[in-house]
Amino acid sequence: MEDSREGATTLRATPEHIHVDEEEPLSRHAHPRRGLRIGIGGPVGSGKTALVAALCRTLSSELELAVVTNDIYTTEDADFLLRNGVLPAERVTAVETGACPHTAIRDDISTNLEAIEELEDKLPPLDLILVESGGDNLTATFSRGLVHYQIFVIDVAGGDKVPRKGGPGVSTSDLLVINKTDLASRVGADLSVMNRDARAKRGDLPVLFTSLTEDPTARTVADWVRGRLAEHRD
Amino acid sequence: MTGQKTVSVSAYGTAEGSLSALLLLADGRFPTGGHAHSGGFEPAAGVDGLNDVASLEAFLRGRLGTVGLVSAAFSAASCRIFGAEVVPVGDPDSDGSTAAQLALLDAEYEARTPSPVLRTASRRLGRSLLRAGRCVWPHPGLDRMVSLPGKGPHQPIAFGAVAAAAGQPPRHAALAAAHEAVAGPATAAIRLLGLDPFEVNAALARLAPAVADVAGQAAACAHAPPADLPANAGYLLDIFAELHATWEVRLFAS
Ligand SMILES: Nc1nc2c(ncn2[C@@H]2O[C@H](COP(=O)(O)OP(=O)(O)O)[C@@H](O)[C@H]2O)c(=O)[nH]1
Ligand SMILES: [Mg+2]
Repeated sequence: MEDSREGATTLRATPEHIHVDEEEPLSRHAHPRRGLRIGIGGPVGSGKTALVAALCRTLSSELELAVVTNDIYTTEDADFLLRNGVLPAERVTAVETGACPHTAIRDDISTNLEAIEELEDKLPPLDLILVESGGDNLTATFSRGLVHYQIFVIDVAGGDKVPRKGGPGVSTSDLLVINKTDLASRVGADLSVMNRDARAKRGDLPVLFTSLTEDPTARTVADWVRGRLAEHRD
Repeated sequence: MTGQKTVSVSAYGTAEGSLSALLLLADGRFPTGGHAHSGGFEPAAGVDGLNDVASLEAFLRGRLGTVGLVSAAFSAASCRIFGAEVVPVGDPDSDGSTAAQLALLDAEYEARTPSPVLRTASRRLGRSLLRAGRCVWPHPGLDRMVSLPGKGPHQPIAFGAVAAAAGQPPRHAALAAAHEAVAGPATAAIRLLGLDPFEVNAALARLAPAVADVAGQAAACAHAPPADLPANAGYLLDIFAELHATWEVRLFAS
Protein backbone atom coordinates (compact mmCIF):
# COMPACT_ATOMS: atom_id res chain seq x y z
CA MET A 1 0.00 0.00 0.00
CA GLU A 2 1.30 3.43 -0.84
CA ASP A 3 -0.24 6.86 -0.84
CA SER A 4 -0.37 9.08 -3.87
CA ARG A 5 0.50 12.73 -3.50
CA GLU A 6 -3.13 13.42 -2.78
CA GLY A 7 -3.43 10.55 -0.39
CA ALA A 8 -5.12 7.82 -2.46
CA THR A 9 -4.15 4.39 -1.22
CA THR A 10 -2.82 2.18 -3.99
CA LEU A 11 -2.79 -1.59 -3.86
CA ARG A 12 0.63 -1.70 -5.37
CA ALA A 13 3.77 -3.66 -4.95
CA THR A 14 5.08 -1.41 -2.25
CA PRO A 15 5.15 -2.16 1.44
CA GLU A 16 3.39 0.27 3.74
CA HIS A 17 6.65 1.01 5.43
CA ILE A 18 9.59 0.29 3.25
CA HIS A 19 12.12 -2.23 4.65
CA VAL A 20 9.59 -3.66 7.09
CA ASP A 21 7.73 -6.89 6.39
CA GLU A 22 4.83 -7.10 8.79
CA GLU A 23 4.07 -10.55 10.05
CA GLU A 24 0.40 -10.79 10.76
CA PRO A 25 -2.05 -13.59 10.13
CA LEU A 26 -3.64 -13.78 6.72
CA SER A 27 -7.30 -12.96 6.70
CA ARG A 28 -9.58 -15.86 7.44
CA HIS A 29 -12.61 -13.74 6.58
CA ALA A 30 -14.45 -14.51 9.72
CA HIS A 31 -17.09 -11.83 9.15
CA PRO A 32 -20.27 -13.81 8.73
CA ARG A 33 -21.92 -10.91 6.92
CA ARG A 34 -20.17 -9.85 3.74
CA GLY A 35 -20.74 -6.45 2.21
CA LEU A 36 -22.69 -5.92 -0.96
CA ARG A 37 -20.34 -5.38 -3.91
CA ILE A 38 -21.48 -3.26 -6.82
CA GLY A 39 -19.37 -2.76 -9.95
CA ILE A 40 -19.61 0.50 -11.90
CA GLY A 41 -18.44 0.20 -15.49
CA GLY A 42 -18.74 2.10 -18.75
CA PRO A 43 -16.74 4.09 -21.29
CA VAL A 44 -14.14 6.70 -20.31
CA GLY A 45 -15.67 9.99 -19.25
CA SER A 46 -19.27 8.82 -18.98
CA GLY A 47 -19.45 9.81 -15.31
CA LYS A 48 -18.46 6.67 -13.35
CA THR A 49 -16.34 8.57 -10.85
CA ALA A 50 -18.96 11.29 -10.60
CA LEU A 51 -21.53 8.59 -9.82
CA VAL A 52 -19.30 6.94 -7.22
CA ALA A 53 -18.79 10.35 -5.59
CA ALA A 54 -22.53 11.00 -5.65
CA LEU A 55 -23.35 7.63 -4.08
CA CYS A 56 -20.74 8.20 -1.38
CA ARG A 57 -22.18 11.63 -0.59
CA THR A 58 -25.69 10.25 -0.34
CA LEU A 59 -25.07 6.91 1.35
CA SER A 60 -22.00 7.34 3.57
CA SER A 61 -24.05 8.75 6.45
CA GLU A 62 -26.31 5.69 6.53
CA LEU A 63 -23.88 2.90 5.47
CA GLU A 64 -20.35 1.61 6.05
CA LEU A 65 -18.91 2.24 2.61
CA ALA A 66 -15.64 1.68 0.74
CA VAL A 67 -14.48 2.15 -2.86
CA VAL A 68 -11.99 0.34 -5.12
CA THR A 69 -10.90 2.18 -8.26
CA ASN A 70 -9.19 0.65 -11.30
CA ASP A 71 -7.45 3.56 -12.96
CA ILE A 72 -5.54 2.70 -16.05
CA TYR A 73 -2.27 4.28 -14.98
CA THR A 74 -2.73 6.79 -12.22
CA THR A 75 -4.67 7.26 -9.01
CA GLU A 76 -6.73 10.01 -10.67
CA ASP A 77 -10.15 8.60 -9.74
CA ALA A 78 -9.15 7.78 -6.18
CA ASP A 79 -7.60 11.23 -5.81
CA PHE A 80 -10.79 12.85 -7.13
CA LEU A 81 -12.84 11.12 -4.45
CA LEU A 82 -10.44 12.24 -1.73
CA ARG A 83 -10.14 15.79 -3.07
CA ASN A 84 -13.89 16.09 -2.96
CA GLY A 85 -13.95 14.81 0.55
CA VAL A 86 -16.60 12.19 -0.15
CA LEU A 87 -14.71 9.43 1.67
CA PRO A 88 -11.66 9.34 3.96
CA ALA A 89 -8.46 7.93 2.42
CA GLU A 90 -8.56 4.63 4.28
CA ARG A 91 -11.83 3.77 2.53
CA VAL A 92 -10.50 4.16 -1.02
CA THR A 93 -8.05 1.75 -2.68
CA ALA A 94 -6.68 2.12 -6.20
CA VAL A 95 -5.75 -1.05 -8.09
CA GLU A 96 -3.24 -1.18 -10.96
CA THR A 97 -4.39 -3.09 -14.01
CA GLY A 98 -1.37 -3.60 -16.26
CA ALA A 99 -2.92 -1.75 -19.22
CA CYS A 100 -5.91 -4.09 -19.26
CA PRO A 101 -8.76 -2.66 -17.18
CA HIS A 102 -11.24 -5.25 -18.42
CA THR A 103 -8.93 -8.13 -17.43
CA ALA A 104 -8.82 -6.85 -13.85
CA ILE A 105 -12.61 -6.86 -13.51
CA ARG A 106 -13.46 -9.93 -15.58
CA ASP A 107 -10.76 -12.44 -16.59
CA ASP A 108 -8.43 -12.19 -13.60
CA ILE A 109 -10.13 -10.61 -10.63
CA SER A 110 -7.41 -11.55 -8.09
CA THR A 111 -6.09 -8.04 -7.50
CA ASN A 112 -9.54 -6.54 -7.03
CA LEU A 113 -10.48 -9.36 -4.65
CA GLU A 114 -7.32 -8.67 -2.65
CA ALA A 115 -8.20 -4.98 -2.47
CA ILE A 116 -11.75 -5.69 -1.33
CA GLU A 117 -10.68 -8.23 1.26
CA GLU A 118 -8.06 -5.87 2.67
CA LEU A 119 -10.71 -3.16 3.01
CA GLU A 120 -13.06 -5.65 4.67
CA ASP A 121 -10.32 -6.66 7.09
CA LYS A 122 -9.26 -3.20 8.18
CA LEU A 123 -12.67 -1.50 8.35
CA PRO A 124 -15.75 -2.25 10.43
CA PRO A 125 -18.11 -4.68 8.71
CA LEU A 126 -18.72 -2.97 5.40
CA ASP A 127 -22.26 -2.70 4.04
CA LEU A 128 -21.31 -1.63 0.54
CA ILE A 129 -18.20 -1.77 -1.63
CA LEU A 130 -18.25 0.12 -4.92
CA VAL A 131 -15.76 -1.07 -7.58
CA GLU A 132 -15.19 1.44 -10.37
CA SER A 133 -13.69 -0.10 -13.50
CA GLY A 134 -11.05 1.68 -15.53
CA GLY A 135 -12.80 3.33 -18.46
CA ASP A 136 -13.10 0.75 -21.19
CA ASN A 137 -15.30 -0.10 -24.13
CA LEU A 138 -18.86 -1.31 -24.44
CA THR A 139 -17.89 -4.97 -24.05
CA ALA A 140 -16.29 -4.70 -20.60
CA THR A 141 -18.36 -6.25 -17.84
CA PHE A 142 -17.65 -7.42 -14.32
CA SER A 143 -17.15 -11.02 -13.29
CA ARG A 144 -19.87 -12.48 -11.05
CA GLY A 145 -17.01 -13.66 -8.88
CA LEU A 146 -16.13 -10.04 -8.10
CA VAL A 147 -19.42 -8.18 -7.69
CA HIS A 148 -23.02 -8.96 -6.85
CA TYR A 149 -24.48 -6.33 -9.18
CA GLN A 150 -23.19 -4.09 -11.91
CA ILE A 151 -24.17 -0.62 -13.03
CA PHE A 152 -23.21 0.41 -16.56
CA VAL A 153 -22.84 4.15 -17.11
CA ILE A 154 -23.04 5.70 -20.59
CA ASP A 155 -23.58 9.35 -21.38
CA VAL A 156 -25.73 11.40 -23.66
CA ALA A 157 -22.70 13.21 -25.07
CA GLY A 158 -21.41 9.93 -26.46
CA GLY A 159 -24.30 10.07 -28.95
CA ASP A 160 -27.84 8.77 -28.84
CA LYS A 161 -26.89 5.66 -30.84
CA VAL A 162 -24.96 3.99 -28.03
CA PRO A 163 -27.95 2.10 -26.57
CA ARG A 164 -28.81 0.76 -30.03
CA LYS A 165 -25.26 -0.52 -30.48
CA GLY A 166 -25.81 -2.62 -27.37
CA GLY A 167 -23.01 -4.80 -26.08
CA PRO A 168 -23.05 -6.73 -22.81
CA GLY A 169 -22.81 -3.62 -20.61
CA VAL A 170 -25.82 -1.94 -22.20
CA SER A 171 -27.84 -5.13 -22.60
CA THR A 172 -27.16 -7.16 -19.47
CA SER A 173 -26.01 -4.83 -16.65
CA ASP A 174 -28.28 -4.84 -13.61
CA LEU A 175 -28.80 -1.09 -13.99
CA LEU A 176 -28.11 1.10 -17.02
CA VAL A 177 -27.46 4.75 -16.16
CA ILE A 178 -27.66 7.23 -19.02
CA ASN A 179 -25.87 10.28 -17.64
CA LYS A 180 -25.40 13.93 -18.65
CA THR A 181 -29.01 14.52 -19.70
CA ASP A 182 -28.23 18.22 -19.20
CA LEU A 183 -26.14 18.06 -22.39
CA ALA A 184 -28.83 16.50 -24.60
CA SER A 185 -29.87 19.70 -26.35
CA ARG A 186 -26.25 20.78 -26.91
CA VAL A 187 -25.23 17.57 -28.65
CA GLY A 188 -28.51 17.04 -30.47
CA ALA A 189 -29.25 13.77 -28.64
CA ASP A 190 -32.83 12.52 -28.48
CA LEU A 191 -33.45 11.07 -25.02
CA SER A 192 -36.65 9.32 -26.10
CA VAL A 193 -34.68 7.44 -28.77
CA MET A 194 -32.10 6.41 -26.19
CA ASN A 195 -34.86 5.30 -23.84
CA ARG A 196 -36.65 3.27 -26.51
CA ASP A 197 -33.46 1.58 -27.76
CA ALA A 198 -32.22 0.83 -24.25
CA ARG A 199 -35.53 -0.76 -23.25
CA ALA A 200 -35.59 -2.79 -26.46
CA LYS A 201 -32.12 -4.16 -25.66
CA ARG A 202 -32.75 -4.70 -21.93
CA GLY A 203 -36.23 -6.13 -21.59
CA ASP A 204 -37.29 -5.68 -17.97
CA LEU A 205 -33.89 -4.54 -16.66
CA PRO A 206 -34.00 -0.97 -15.29
CA VAL A 207 -32.73 2.20 -16.99
CA LEU A 208 -32.22 5.52 -15.19
CA PHE A 209 -31.51 8.91 -16.75
CA THR A 210 -29.31 11.20 -14.64
CA SER A 211 -27.59 14.53 -14.71
CA LEU A 212 -24.99 14.39 -12.00
CA THR A 213 -24.25 18.08 -12.43
CA GLU A 214 -27.90 18.90 -11.74
CA ASP A 215 -28.38 16.26 -9.02
CA PRO A 216 -25.02 15.56 -7.38
CA THR A 217 -26.74 13.19 -4.95
CA ALA A 218 -27.80 10.74 -7.70
CA ARG A 219 -31.05 10.24 -5.79
CA THR A 220 -32.59 7.69 -8.16
CA VAL A 221 -29.45 5.55 -8.38
CA ALA A 222 -29.01 5.68 -4.59
CA ASP A 223 -32.60 4.44 -4.22
CA TRP A 224 -31.83 1.53 -6.54
CA VAL A 225 -28.73 0.69 -4.47
CA ARG A 226 -30.81 0.77 -1.26
CA GLY A 227 -33.19 -1.72 -2.85
CA ARG A 228 -30.34 -4.12 -3.70
CA LEU A 229 -28.94 -3.75 -0.18
CA ALA A 230 -32.28 -4.67 1.33
CA GLU A 231 -32.38 -7.82 -0.83
CA HIS A 232 -28.78 -8.66 0.02
CA ARG A 233 -29.45 -8.48 3.75
CA ASP A 234 -32.37 -10.88 3.60
CA MET B 1 -9.13 -33.35 9.17
CA THR B 2 -10.22 -36.85 8.47
CA GLY B 3 -12.59 -37.64 5.64
CA GLN B 4 -11.11 -34.62 3.81
CA LYS B 5 -11.34 -33.89 0.13
CA THR B 6 -7.71 -34.91 -0.32
CA VAL B 7 -6.86 -34.98 -3.99
CA SER B 8 -5.16 -38.14 -5.05
CA VAL B 9 -2.52 -38.21 -7.76
CA SER B 10 -4.63 -40.82 -9.44
CA ALA B 11 -6.95 -38.01 -10.54
CA TYR B 12 -4.12 -36.95 -12.82
CA GLY B 13 -2.78 -40.45 -13.23
CA THR B 14 -2.43 -40.42 -16.99
CA ALA B 15 0.42 -38.57 -18.66
CA GLU B 16 -2.09 -36.56 -20.69
CA GLY B 17 -4.11 -35.68 -17.59
CA SER B 18 -1.00 -34.37 -15.91
CA LEU B 19 0.11 -32.43 -18.98
CA SER B 20 -3.28 -30.87 -19.37
CA ALA B 21 -3.16 -29.60 -15.78
CA LEU B 22 0.34 -28.28 -16.47
CA LEU B 23 -0.89 -26.35 -19.51
CA LEU B 24 -3.61 -24.79 -17.39
CA LEU B 25 -1.12 -23.77 -14.74
CA ALA B 26 1.39 -22.35 -17.24
CA ASP B 27 -1.22 -20.40 -19.19
CA GLY B 28 -0.86 -16.64 -18.78
CA ARG B 29 -4.63 -16.50 -18.48
CA PHE B 30 -4.61 -18.55 -15.27
CA PRO B 31 -6.15 -15.98 -12.89
CA THR B 32 -3.47 -15.16 -10.34
CA GLY B 33 -3.03 -11.42 -10.77
CA GLY B 34 0.11 -11.83 -12.88
CA HIS B 35 -1.30 -9.83 -15.78
CA ALA B 36 -0.72 -6.59 -13.86
CA HIS B 37 3.03 -7.26 -13.48
CA SER B 38 5.72 -6.75 -16.09
CA GLY B 39 8.49 -8.68 -14.33
CA GLY B 40 10.60 -5.54 -14.26
CA PHE B 41 10.21 -4.83 -17.97
CA GLU B 42 8.31 -1.56 -17.58
CA PRO B 43 11.03 0.12 -15.51
CA ALA B 44 13.78 -1.47 -17.63
CA ALA B 45 12.15 -0.10 -20.78
CA GLY B 46 11.67 3.29 -19.16
CA VAL B 47 15.14 3.67 -17.67
CA ASP B 48 17.27 1.83 -20.24
CA GLY B 49 15.19 2.74 -23.26
CA LEU B 50 14.50 -0.87 -24.35
CA ASN B 51 12.14 -0.44 -27.28
CA ASP B 52 12.47 -3.34 -29.71
CA VAL B 53 12.28 -7.11 -29.89
CA ALA B 54 16.06 -7.56 -29.83
CA SER B 55 16.47 -5.67 -26.57
CA LEU B 56 13.42 -7.44 -25.12
CA GLU B 57 15.00 -10.78 -25.98
CA ALA B 58 18.26 -9.79 -24.28
CA PHE B 59 16.29 -8.67 -21.22
CA LEU B 60 14.39 -11.96 -21.11
CA ARG B 61 17.58 -13.99 -21.44
CA GLY B 62 19.10 -12.11 -18.52
CA ARG B 63 15.95 -12.47 -16.45
CA LEU B 64 15.70 -16.19 -17.19
CA GLY B 65 19.27 -16.91 -16.06
CA THR B 66 18.92 -14.93 -12.82
CA VAL B 67 15.55 -14.57 -11.08
CA GLY B 68 14.08 -17.09 -13.54
CA LEU B 69 16.43 -19.83 -12.35
CA VAL B 70 15.90 -18.93 -8.69
CA SER B 71 12.14 -18.90 -9.10
CA ALA B 72 12.14 -22.22 -10.98
CA ALA B 73 14.41 -23.87 -8.39
CA PHE B 74 12.26 -22.72 -5.47
CA SER B 75 9.11 -23.78 -7.30
CA ALA B 76 10.57 -27.24 -7.86
CA ALA B 77 11.69 -27.55 -4.23
CA SER B 78 8.32 -26.40 -2.91
CA CYS B 79 6.56 -28.81 -5.26
CA ARG B 80 8.77 -31.65 -4.00
CA ILE B 81 8.12 -30.85 -0.34
CA PHE B 82 4.41 -30.28 -0.78
CA GLY B 83 4.15 -33.24 -3.13
CA ALA B 84 4.89 -35.57 -0.23
CA GLU B 85 1.43 -34.54 0.97
CA VAL B 86 -0.36 -35.41 -2.22
CA VAL B 87 -1.14 -38.95 -1.22
CA PRO B 88 -4.55 -40.16 -0.17
CA VAL B 89 -3.89 -40.69 3.53
CA GLY B 90 -5.75 -39.32 6.54
CA ASP B 91 -3.86 -36.27 7.80
CA PRO B 92 -0.52 -36.01 6.05
CA ASP B 93 0.73 -33.08 8.10
CA SER B 94 -0.11 -33.84 11.69
CA ASP B 95 3.48 -33.10 12.77
CA GLY B 96 3.66 -29.84 10.82
CA SER B 97 6.92 -30.83 9.16
CA THR B 98 5.76 -29.84 5.69
CA ALA B 99 4.82 -26.40 6.97
CA ALA B 100 8.21 -26.05 8.66
CA GLN B 101 10.06 -27.05 5.50
CA LEU B 102 8.04 -24.66 3.37
CA ALA B 103 8.65 -21.86 5.89
CA LEU B 104 12.40 -22.45 5.66
CA LEU B 105 12.19 -22.41 1.87
CA ASP B 106 10.21 -19.17 2.07
CA ALA B 107 12.86 -17.56 4.29
CA GLU B 108 15.61 -18.60 1.86
CA TYR B 109 13.67 -17.09 -1.04
CA GLU B 110 13.17 -13.90 0.95
CA ALA B 111 16.93 -13.70 1.43
CA ARG B 112 17.34 -13.88 -2.36
CA THR B 113 14.89 -11.02 -2.90
CA PRO B 114 16.58 -7.88 -1.60
CA SER B 115 14.03 -5.36 -2.91
CA PRO B 116 11.20 -4.72 -0.42
CA VAL B 117 8.94 -3.81 -3.33
CA LEU B 118 9.58 -7.16 -5.01
CA ARG B 119 9.12 -9.00 -1.72
CA THR B 120 5.68 -7.48 -1.32
CA ALA B 121 4.78 -8.13 -4.96
CA SER B 122 5.90 -11.74 -4.63
CA ARG B 123 3.81 -12.34 -1.51
CA ARG B 124 0.77 -10.76 -3.13
CA LEU B 125 1.17 -13.03 -6.14
CA GLY B 126 1.69 -15.99 -3.81
CA ARG B 127 -1.57 -15.22 -2.07
CA SER B 128 -3.40 -14.89 -5.36
CA LEU B 129 -1.93 -18.19 -6.51
CA LEU B 130 -3.21 -19.94 -3.39
CA ARG B 131 -6.63 -18.37 -3.88
CA ALA B 132 -6.80 -19.73 -7.42
CA GLY B 133 -5.18 -23.05 -6.56
CA ARG B 134 -7.53 -23.80 -3.67
CA CYS B 135 -10.49 -23.33 -5.96
CA VAL B 136 -9.09 -25.14 -9.01
CA TRP B 137 -7.26 -28.03 -7.29
CA PRO B 138 -8.71 -28.22 -3.75
CA HIS B 139 -6.27 -29.66 -1.25
CA PRO B 140 -6.13 -29.41 2.58
CA GLY B 141 -2.41 -28.58 2.37
CA LEU B 142 -3.24 -25.41 0.41
CA ASP B 143 -5.85 -24.50 3.04
CA ARG B 144 -3.19 -24.93 5.71
CA MET B 145 -0.79 -22.65 3.84
CA VAL B 146 -3.39 -19.89 3.85
CA SER B 147 -3.81 -20.14 7.59
CA LEU B 148 -0.07 -19.76 8.31
CA PRO B 149 0.88 -16.45 9.90
CA GLY B 150 2.51 -13.89 7.63
CA LYS B 151 1.47 -12.02 4.55
CA GLY B 152 1.28 -15.13 2.42
CA PRO B 153 3.97 -17.33 0.87
CA HIS B 154 6.35 -16.04 -1.78
CA GLN B 155 5.20 -16.64 -5.31
CA PRO B 156 7.51 -19.62 -6.12
CA ILE B 157 6.64 -21.35 -2.83
CA ALA B 158 2.93 -20.99 -3.59
CA PHE B 159 3.51 -21.98 -7.22
CA GLY B 160 5.28 -25.22 -6.28
CA ALA B 161 2.55 -26.09 -3.79
CA VAL B 162 -0.25 -25.42 -6.26
CA ALA B 163 1.61 -27.38 -8.94
CA ALA B 164 1.87 -30.34 -6.54
CA ALA B 165 -1.83 -30.05 -5.73
CA ALA B 166 -2.41 -30.15 -9.49
CA GLY B 167 -0.58 -33.47 -9.59
CA GLN B 168 2.62 -32.09 -11.10
CA PRO B 169 6.11 -33.45 -10.44
CA PRO B 170 8.85 -30.91 -9.47
CA ARG B 171 10.31 -30.86 -12.99
CA HIS B 172 6.98 -29.65 -14.36
CA ALA B 173 6.79 -26.95 -11.70
CA ALA B 174 10.30 -25.86 -12.69
CA LEU B 175 9.43 -25.81 -16.39
CA ALA B 176 6.25 -23.80 -15.87
CA ALA B 177 8.07 -21.32 -13.60
CA ALA B 178 10.95 -20.88 -16.06
CA HIS B 179 8.46 -20.39 -18.89
CA GLU B 180 6.51 -17.81 -16.90
CA ALA B 181 9.75 -15.95 -16.11
CA VAL B 182 9.98 -14.98 -19.78
CA ALA B 183 6.39 -15.26 -21.04
CA GLY B 184 4.93 -12.84 -18.48
CA PRO B 185 7.28 -9.93 -19.22
CA ALA B 186 6.98 -10.65 -22.98
CA THR B 187 3.20 -10.17 -22.81
CA ALA B 188 3.74 -6.97 -20.83
CA ALA B 189 6.14 -5.73 -23.52
CA ILE B 190 3.52 -6.28 -26.22
CA ARG B 191 1.04 -4.16 -24.29
CA LEU B 192 3.56 -1.56 -23.21
CA LEU B 193 5.47 -0.92 -26.43
CA GLY B 194 3.09 -2.21 -29.07
CA LEU B 195 5.74 -4.69 -30.27
CA ASP B 196 4.68 -7.09 -33.03
CA PRO B 197 3.15 -10.05 -31.17
CA PHE B 198 4.40 -12.53 -33.80
CA GLU B 199 7.97 -11.26 -33.45
CA VAL B 200 7.74 -11.42 -29.66
CA ASN B 201 6.52 -15.01 -29.79
CA ALA B 202 9.32 -15.84 -32.21
CA ALA B 203 11.73 -14.51 -29.58
CA LEU B 204 10.06 -16.72 -26.97
CA ALA B 205 10.44 -19.70 -29.29
CA ARG B 206 14.16 -18.92 -29.69
CA LEU B 207 14.41 -18.84 -25.89
CA ALA B 208 12.73 -22.25 -25.51
CA PRO B 209 15.98 -24.27 -25.33
CA ALA B 210 17.29 -21.87 -22.67
CA VAL B 211 14.01 -22.20 -20.76
CA ALA B 212 14.33 -26.00 -20.87
CA ASP B 213 17.94 -25.78 -19.72
CA VAL B 214 17.07 -23.53 -16.76
CA ALA B 215 14.14 -25.78 -15.87
CA GLY B 216 16.48 -28.79 -15.90
CA GLN B 217 19.00 -27.08 -13.61
CA ALA B 218 16.17 -26.00 -11.30
CA ALA B 219 14.58 -29.44 -11.14
CA ALA B 220 17.95 -31.00 -10.40
CA CYS B 221 18.09 -29.14 -7.08
CA ALA B 222 14.56 -29.95 -5.92
CA HIS B 223 16.04 -32.19 -3.22
CA ALA B 224 18.90 -29.87 -2.23
CA PRO B 225 18.87 -28.19 1.19
CA PRO B 226 17.10 -24.81 0.78
CA ALA B 227 20.29 -22.89 1.63
CA ASP B 228 22.03 -24.51 -1.35
CA LEU B 229 19.45 -23.50 -3.93
CA PRO B 230 20.60 -21.07 -6.67
CA ALA B 231 21.02 -17.43 -5.63
CA ASN B 232 21.67 -15.84 -9.02
CA ALA B 233 20.72 -12.19 -8.98
CA GLY B 234 19.99 -9.44 -11.48
CA TYR B 235 20.74 -6.42 -9.34
CA LEU B 236 19.22 -3.97 -11.78
CA LEU B 237 15.86 -5.73 -11.49
CA ASP B 238 15.85 -4.95 -7.77
CA ILE B 239 17.00 -1.38 -8.25
CA PHE B 240 14.53 -0.76 -11.07
CA ALA B 241 11.70 -2.20 -8.98
CA GLU B 242 12.40 0.31 -6.21
CA LEU B 243 12.52 3.16 -8.73
CA HIS B 244 9.38 2.01 -10.50
CA ALA B 245 7.39 2.04 -7.28
CA THR B 246 8.01 5.77 -7.00
CA TRP B 247 6.80 6.61 -10.53
CA GLU B 248 3.61 8.58 -10.52
CA VAL B 249 2.35 7.16 -13.80
CA ARG B 250 2.80 3.52 -14.76
CA LEU B 251 0.82 0.73 -16.31
CA PHE B 252 2.07 -2.25 -14.31
CA ALA B 253 2.21 -2.93 -10.60
CA SER B 254 5.83 -4.13 -10.89
N1 LIG C 1 -22.42 18.08 -18.03
C1 LIG C 1 -22.23 17.02 -17.25
N2 LIG C 1 -20.96 16.63 -16.98
C2 LIG C 1 -20.81 15.54 -16.18
C3 LIG C 1 -21.89 14.83 -15.64
N3 LIG C 1 -21.40 13.78 -14.92
C4 LIG C 1 -20.05 13.86 -15.01
N4 LIG C 1 -19.69 14.92 -15.76
C5 LIG C 1 -18.32 15.36 -16.11
O1 LIG C 1 -17.80 14.43 -17.04
C6 LIG C 1 -16.39 14.31 -16.87
C7 LIG C 1 -16.02 12.84 -16.73
O2 LIG C 1 -16.61 12.34 -15.53
P1 LIG C 1 -15.98 11.12 -14.71
O3 LIG C 1 -16.89 10.87 -13.59
O4 LIG C 1 -14.56 11.43 -14.39
O5 LIG C 1 -16.04 9.98 -15.81
P2 LIG C 1 -15.44 8.47 -15.74
O6 LIG C 1 -14.26 8.44 -16.65
O7 LIG C 1 -16.54 7.62 -16.27
O8 LIG C 1 -15.10 8.19 -14.33
C8 LIG C 1 -16.05 15.13 -15.66
O9 LIG C 1 -15.53 16.37 -16.10
C9 LIG C 1 -17.37 15.30 -14.94
O10 LIG C 1 -17.44 16.50 -14.20
C10 LIG C 1 -23.21 15.26 -15.96
O11 LIG C 1 -24.23 14.70 -15.53
N5 LIG C 1 -23.32 16.36 -16.77
MG1 LIG D 1 -13.34 7.40 -13.50
